[in-house]
Amino acid sequence: MALIYFRCIRMNHLFLHPSSPFTKKSGVLFCTLQASHAQVATQVNFQNQGKQKEKSIQTATKKTLEHHKHGYEAIIGIETHVQLSTLTKAFCSCPYLYGTRPNTTICPICMGLPGTLPVLNSKVVEFAVKLGLALNCELSMNSKFDRKQYFYPDLPKGYQISQFDVPIATKGFIDLDLPVEFGGGHRRFGITRIHMEEDAGKLLHSETGSYSQVDLNRAGVPLLEIVSEPDMRSGVEAAEYAAELQRLVRYLGVSNGNMQEGSLRCDVNISVRPTGQSQFGTKVEIKNMNSFSAMNRAIDYEISRQVLLHREGQSDQIVQETRLWDEAAQKTFTMRKKEGLADYRYFPEPDLPEVVLVKEYIDEIRQSLPELPEAKRRRYEKLGLSMQDVLFLANDNNVADFFDAAVENGADAKLAANWIMGDIAAYLKNERRTIDEIKLTPKELSELIAFIKNGTISGKIGKEILFELISKGGTVKSLIEEKDLVQIVDPATIGALVDKVLAANPKQLQQYRGGKTKLQGFFAGQVMKESKGKANPMLLNKILTEKLHAGS
Amino acid sequence: MYSIRVSPPGPHRFAFFAGPKPSLCGERVSARRSAMPSPIQNPRFLLYHRCLPLHFPPNPFPFPPNPRRLLHRSTAALSPQPAPAPQTLTSAVPPSSEILSIRESLLSRRKTAAEIAAEYLDRLRRTEQQLRSFLHVSETAMREAEEVDGLVESGAELGPLTGVLVAVKDNICTADMPSTGGSRILGSYRPAFDATAVKRLREAGAIIVGKTNLDEFGMGSTTESSGFQVTTNPWDVSRVPGGSSGGSAAAVSARQCVVSLGSDTGGSVRQPASFCGVVGMKPTYGRVSRFGLMAYASSLDVIGCFGSSVVDAAILLSAISGHDRLDATSSKHEVSDYASQLVSLDHLESKPLKGLRVGVIRETIGEGVDLGVMSSVQAAASHLEQLGSIVTEVSLPSFSLGLPAYYILASSEASSNLSRYDGVRYGYQATADELSSLYGDSRANGLGPEVKLRILMGTYALSAGYYDAYYKRAQQVRTLVRKSFKDALDKNDILISPAAPSAAYKIGEKTNDPLAMYAGDIMTVNVNLAGLPALVVPCGFVEGGPAGLPVGLQMIGAAFHEGKLLRVGHIFEQTLQNHRFIPPLLAET
Ligand SMILES: [Zn+2]
Repeated sequence: MALIYFRCIRMNHLFLHPSSPFTKKSGVLFCTLQASHAQVATQVNFQNQGKQKEKSIQTATKKTLEHHKHGYEAIIGIETHVQLSTLTKAFCSCPYLYGTRPNTTICPICMGLPGTLPVLNSKVVEFAVKLGLALNCELSMNSKFDRKQYFYPDLPKGYQISQFDVPIATKGFIDLDLPVEFGGGHRRFGITRIHMEEDAGKLLHSETGSYSQVDLNRAGVPLLEIVSEPDMRSGVEAAEYAAELQRLVRYLGVSNGNMQEGSLRCDVNISVRPTGQSQFGTKVEIKNMNSFSAMNRAIDYEISRQVLLHREGQSDQIVQETRLWDEAAQKTFTMRKKEGLADYRYFPEPDLPEVVLVKEYIDEIRQSLPELPEAKRRRYEKLGLSMQDVLFLANDNNVADFFDAAVENGADAKLAANWIMGDIAAYLKNERRTIDEIKLTPKELSELIAFIKNGTISGKIGKEILFELISKGGTVKSLIEEKDLVQIVDPATIGALVDKVLAANPKQLQQYRGGKTKLQGFFAGQVMKESKGKANPMLLNKILTEKLHAGS
Repeated sequence: MYSIRVSPPGPHRFAFFAGPKPSLCGERVSARRSAMPSPIQNPRFLLYHRCLPLHFPPNPFPFPPNPRRLLHRSTAALSPQPAPAPQTLTSAVPPSSEILSIRESLLSRRKTAAEIAAEYLDRLRRTEQQLRSFLHVSETAMREAEEVDGLVESGAELGPLTGVLVAVKDNICTADMPSTGGSRILGSYRPAFDATAVKRLREAGAIIVGKTNLDEFGMGSTTESSGFQVTTNPWDVSRVPGGSSGGSAAAVSARQCVVSLGSDTGGSVRQPASFCGVVGMKPTYGRVSRFGLMAYASSLDVIGCFGSSVVDAAILLSAISGHDRLDATSSKHEVSDYASQLVSLDHLESKPLKGLRVGVIRETIGEGVDLGVMSSVQAAASHLEQLGSIVTEVSLPSFSLGLPAYYILASSEASSNLSRYDGVRYGYQATADELSSLYGDSRANGLGPEVKLRILMGTYALSAGYYDAYYKRAQQVRTLVRKSFKDALDKNDILISPAAPSAAYKIGEKTNDPLAMYAGDIMTVNVNLAGLPALVVPCGFVEGGPAGLPVGLQMIGAAFHEGKLLRVGHIFEQTLQNHRFIPPLLAET
């Protein structure tokens, strides 16, 4: 289908290089956009002005940030765009896959061709309701779509279908636990609203900067915009808010929450005011942070920048603007100044009927919700796990599911947590895999734990089996039998092994009995080796001690 | 970095839209603006008395409240009498269905589809020089007709429109022909798909004969605002055919095609039907899918039908109606076979409309309406009464508010719908080395003055600070209009009014007076605000042109009561004496 529609597109470069992978040079060129020289000039000028000050902040360390902030308070609110993982776009039946060749997942509707109309994908509403419920929001039984109007080459209709005055969900909150390494603590941040909207396309800029190309693959992909209350006060809080949102959308299965791919994008609004002042300071928007740690650093940088200006009596230098985080330079820089308020001339979208929710529909979705991270964390806490364990396990719903299943199979919670956070996590990290991709089942993990606990195998053998189970699968029982790994617990057998080792090492025995008791470790090791690692270590040590002392 | 090279979003970047100076739109626009009495203070500026012929003081009413007296008095009191029917056509043979006659010819093998197509195409060529109703004529129509003959030969089952030449208004997308919407900005545009209505026509066996002229994007009442050419009226080629579907109306009137599709946002099917003496059907909003119709005002737009008889309009409507999964505003309301419910003349009783309650909309007859039009409509009312219906007068109190509300809502939606014509992806693209001039120049050069005027009005009405006074208030009026129609249609089966305050006027007569032209839409816009179906049937003549000028009667029904309107319209048409609506242009050729 898509190929047919290319007839309408001005340039056909794609056809000239049908098999070449897309590069910035060989894409479909829709239109050439010349840079505005005036604008570039303004840009450069501003950066130069700011250079001195920003440099000084850059050297500020974490410790000095706290010092800097003293007497000032940062107010942080976040607008998050979550790209929904629906099979098709919001208003047409095109699929969307990140990274596909430009303009290959488009149709007349998402290209905004004359005469086309949007038809709402009901999954978008379902996902919005899911997230609304998960964020403890009030749902609007009657909401509607509106048109947000502006001109930009990546916006094919000249307006974005969004929700303006009646969003689908409002007045919610999110609960989270700050990481232990950042001091821990529980937080609740308000959610102002959630609304549904469509994404725009992308502009691809040529390396020379002389023209830009439009890729409409992303145009019409459904988004949920989540607006927080200005409840956050630090980079850590903001980053954790975003991380908790990511956790939620992943738990709910509404988005992959991938920041690098732009499935989860956070625009952060920051203002600073002297502690005790009720009036907010001037708000600055920061974009372009593609990890939580970048968010944390960008926000702390920006707070320092603004506090410094306040301290130096230059708070009038803080202006309403959008700044971008430069990961390489570790600082924010001006993207554009806001020239007054943009008038988007919102009005109700006449092509789409109202979105009407009924109670039964909401109830059904509510019942289908999985256990959410906050509930999970509280439950794990009650199992007696440390906060470190709790946060680790609840961070990823697949890990949590694995853990829960192991415990359900009778595994001791603390031991199961240790195995998962220790050897299994290390393996996953090394192999860059996820827990649902390995062959080890929660049941076998609980078996393994049980076999160690009842002494059938030693912990050391357990570890060896674990890696076998992860990579090849199978059951603990069959592995133990197959490899003859059952622990030797018969005192006579162990005694015989000890005797053999003592007989084979008369010199060391003599030294031991001469007072060099440190050699007990050597003997233990030799016996264990002789038993191929299967001797019960406790018994081994007991019998060894007896025999060492018996002769003296 | 992205931000550095390209201008940030925001309409304030583009002077054409936000700038208070209308200079980019040419002198005509600024002249029009100054003609408006301080629109900023008064949201009802379109009701400016001097320019709006229809202004009703709350009291006294032009007619006494007694409906019987009204109708008895009307023909006597309101001279002049309707002009006599054209001399050349003495017999009063009522119009018969061309679609059914084609079908009969094909089935009986009296004529081939190729012969029929050749007949129409020949007439099209002969009349087109004078009419200029087509922007594009199909090159494959003859071949398609030959294919139809193959189908007839094979004895295959024939769709209801087999071999029927249908013309399509050029704001409706066709995959095999250009679709410009009458705008230079889409001068070279060919859609990749057929509009749903066109797809259904083809499935019913129709041959799309060509694309008809219109006011640019449907904005106008004369077809003079076309970006390409001016269409003339087959009854008098010095006059306008009406608009915006003027090309489609003129083409049916001159039998350049059998039937045609138009679109009706504020009367764009009904008014040209009246001007050209053909049947025009504006269905209920949502009855026909809008997918593939270039949006003017999405909440008002509907695709409508033209035919030379009510039966033809009914067959056409049945073919294109019904829910479409590509249009979320299309209705799932059941579609009936409208034509099968129409009784032939032989089977009519003496009082075929016995018990039908007909309401004459009081606000549509009186000051501002041509006397000839008024007497034609009064005669039509008498005729309906003679057929057995009970005719009374009914008042729609919010009627006069409809016109300004319509122009605010339609312009607001248009300002948004036309944003996509930006020169970036398709259509006319200005040569520019910078983004905002690419937008500005493409639109300044590609769009015509009437379109720019409405974009400016709509942009203004939606702007922060003005939204409540204009758009929101107009929506409130719309609610009132809906309610007053509902009340009137609870008490009546149908409502009637003239389709337009006058018959066709001269080309150029109102081009410099947009408010007068807007005022001409007073009869039709309320129906769009309420989303109701309305049928226009020719009902009489007024003097003018070589053979008189036709006048249309508008019949308005409740939502999805198209069947009822077509039944009444059919009986009305079949029993109307002494009128035959064949234009002189056709008699000449
Ligand atoms: Zn699409």
